Formats: sequence, structure tokens, C-alpha cells
Amino acid sequence: MGYSISEILSYTFMQRAIIVGVPVALCAALLGVSLILKRYSMIGDGLSHVGFGALALAAAMNLAPLKVAIPIVVLSSFLLLRISDSSKIRGDGAVAILSSSALAVGIVVTSVTGGLNTDLYSYLFGSILALKQDDVVLSLVLCAVVLFIYIFFYNKIFSVTFDENFSQATGIRAKNYNMIIALLTSLTVVLGMQIMGTLLISSLIIFPGLTAMRVFKSYKSVVISAAIQSVFCVVSGLIISFYAETATGATVVCINLVCFVIFWLFGFIKERN
Amino acid sequence: MAVLKCENVTMSYEGVSVFENLNFEINSGDYLCIVGENGSGKSTLMKGLLGLRRPARGRIIYGDGLMQNQIGYLPQQSAVQRDFPASVYEVVLSGTLNSRGMRPFYSKKEKQLANRNMERLSITHLKKRCYRELSGGQQQRVLLARALCATKSLLLLDEPVTGLDPVVSGELYALISDINKSDNITVIMVSHDITESVKNASHILHIESKRCFFGSIQEYLTSSVSNVFIGE
Repeated sequence: MGYSISEILSYTFMQRAIIVGVPVALCAALLGVSLILKRYSMIGDGLSHVGFGALALAAAMNLAPLKVAIPIVVLSSFLLLRISDSSKIRGDGAVAILSSSALAVGIVVTSVTGGLNTDLYSYLFGSILALKQDDVVLSLVLCAVVLFIYIFFYNKIFSVTFDENFSQATGIRAKNYNMIIALLTSLTVVLGMQIMGTLLISSLIIFPGLTAMRVFKSYKSVVISAAIQSVFCVVSGLIISFYAETATGATVVCINLVCFVIFWLFGFIKERN
Repeated sequence: MAVLKCENVTMSYEGVSVFENLNFEINSGDYLCIVGENGSGKSTLMKGLLGLRRPARGRIIYGDGLMQNQIGYLPQQSAVQRDFPASVYEVVLSGTLNSRGMRPFYSKKEKQLANRNMERLSITHLKKRCYRELSGGQQQRVLLARALCATKSLLLLDEPVTGLDPVVSGELYALISDINKSDNITVIMVSHDITESVKNASHILHIESKRCFFGSIQEYLTSSVSNVFIGE
């Protein structure tokens, strides 16, 4: 205790965490709304496990973690999308298989090459101390790309999410927009894993959207509310975890949970009146 | 030249053919009802006409300069839409997307088109309401307004009155007839309701696995296929 906000912000690791955390939270919330409505909620979770496997490989081969993880996760997201669309294997089963296999491969690779080191541990549970200057720059660039693409295709993403068949039938290439959503989600997941950890990143994607939907009724208001609330939760989570000396990722999720309960109650009362 | 033509079309569903060697063509301004029993392949044919599913054999040809992005479509409602947070205006406006190319935001013209179609279907007062909270009939009007925003020449409807009460269904049929006649938009409708179909349509396509019938209303009423089906 006894730190003022400005003192907290004078720490380099906190600055980095906020610089990476805010845009990642924004991207996660925006994409989350579409993923929830398309019934793809678990894809974020599956991709984070794939990300973990990729990072384990990168560590074993002494390569830069993000540069290995990003292409692998992007490819897996396309694969997951393909599988979800075919009726042979149900989508949720496919996600479960892929995510547990990737996690298992990751763990086997690390145990062969010398056990869990701190880097992998931090990817599993998230750590803001592990953020390096390079990661910050790359994260900012990718988040800017994600935000730009999302805003540019906002209306089409809405249409494809609301009614894929209609979009396809009236001449919009719905499949392409699904790919765009998958691509943006994979980037966000990999970036978010640094702070939130493999095990908790999917909550960053799912919570804000679901929370906003308790109260708001139009797509635009849901998206805006989710974005604001997601950024708020990440920033306050970072600050509270500093004071309370708790794990950052878990703190952010807990704050998201509190927000969800408040919104749910508010929506419940509003509906009754 | 026909707006839409099917040549020896066979559609299959998971490897089993639903109907075979279907031939028909419709011209600009026609109102075609596709009837047939459950499982006869009406919705499968609809997916074929929309280009969502390829025919196993044969060809489905768009003619008369018809492009995919000039088609309006009123689908059966999906589960996703029942809990989707979207305002009526957002849904209707999204119908204009197909003629827009890469431009990211809606223009004034597109907003006017959406407003005009909401006016036409008397749902302007619902503009700001949440789509999922509307009644079934109101939801269909919203989706029809969206389809009108998307179409310039051809409107396809998949069982538009399912689950609606007779009064609301009647209103919807009247609207569709009006769109067909006053805007000269070609209508293709899949329907259960043979009596209403006969009243409104100009042509009937009756699908059965053994034999399919295609012809004008007069031809249909005198054919043996209709007698069995209507039971007269």
C-alpha cells in the first residue's frame, strides 16, 4: 500500500502492461461479440491452448515466441473454422480435440527439453513482468491492424454474424468474413495470452460481450459497451493486482465477473419493470 | 430471356438425391410458388437457386442480367437470431450491404432506402426496437424490409408465414403480391399453404420425388397433381 497511481505508472512493467492491455482488451471485446453470437465462444479457448503448444515449441527451438505462435495459431483458427462448418464432426468436439492435443504436445516438448521454465509458466498463467520491449511494439502494431480491419468491415461482420445465409445468398462472401474474424481472433488471443495466460484469455473475449448483452439491445450499443467495459476491467485489474499483489490475469477475470453480475442484475430488474 | 432457369437439375442431400431432372424457367415479373410435401426438397431447391448449394447434376442459370447481389432473400428464422441483440434499423440497413462493394460505411442513399422500405412495411415506429423482442409477424416484416433493400429484381422467400396467425399471414401475402405487381419484382416462394399459393401466384412448381409439375395456375388446377394435393 501507499503507492499513488502516478507512482504505479512510473514502473516500466506497468506502463508496458497498460500499453499492451488496453488495445488487446478493446480487440478482444469487439471480436467477442461476434464470436458469442456465432456460437464460436470456445474457439478463443481452443486457440489459446494451441498458442501454448506453439510457445513451448518456440522455447525448445530457441525462437522468438510470438513469431512462432502467431502463424501457428492463425492456421489452426482456419482449420477450426473449416471443421465447424462441416457437419461431420461437431464444432465443439473439434475444438476440444485440438486444444487438449496442443496443450499436451506443448507439455511433452517442454518436459523433454528441460521442464517448465519461467517463460512458459508465465504464458500459462499470464505475467506482465515477462513483457519485453519488442513484444510491446509488435502488440501495438497488430492491435492497430485488428482494430482497423474490424472497423472497416464492421457492417459486413454484423450482417454475416446475424444471418450468414442471407449474406451469402445476396452476394456477400460470408466465408471470407468468417476467415477475417478467425484471423483477427487468433492475433488477439496470442497477444492477450501474454497478460492473461493461456488458461484465462478466453474470458477476456467472452465476458465483455455477454455482460453487455444483459442490458443493451442493439448491436452497436452492445459493441460499444463491451469495448468500454473490457478496457475498464483490464486497467482496473492491473492496478488492483499491483496493490493486492494478486495474479494479474485472474484479477481481471474476477473484475469481469463482478461487472457481469452487476449488469445481469440490472438487466433482470429492468425486464421486470 | 428467363430470369432464372433450371436445366435437368438434380439436388441431393448427403448423397441421396431429393428430386431429379427438374426443368423450369421463370420470367421477369412472375410469381412462382414452390409447393410439395415435407421432405420433398423445397428448401434444398431454394438453397440451390440461391447458390448456397450446388446441384448434383444439371445447371441453374441466372439470366436477364441477374447478378447474385440483386437478389433479396427472406430465410426461415435461425436459432441465432432469436437471441441476437440488434435494432430493427440495423437489420433492415444490413440489406443494402450487397450493392456496396468495399465501402465501409452506409451512405445517405442507403439509409434512405432502408427508411423507405420500413415505411412501406409499416414498421417505422419499431425502428429503434430490439429485433428479438418483436412478435413473429413483426420480425417477418423486418426481414422482408431487409430483403427489399437487397433486391432489385428477384425476391426469394422460404416459408414466410410459418408460425404466424391467419390475419398476419394474410397481410404478409398481400404485401408480397403488392411488391410483385407494383414493383415488378419476380417472386419465388416456398410454401406449405397451397390454397394461398393458388390465390396469389402466377406459376406453380410442385415437387415430388416421382414427378414434378411446373406450369401456370390454370394448368396446375386442371392437372392431376393438384387434385391429389388440394383434395378436391
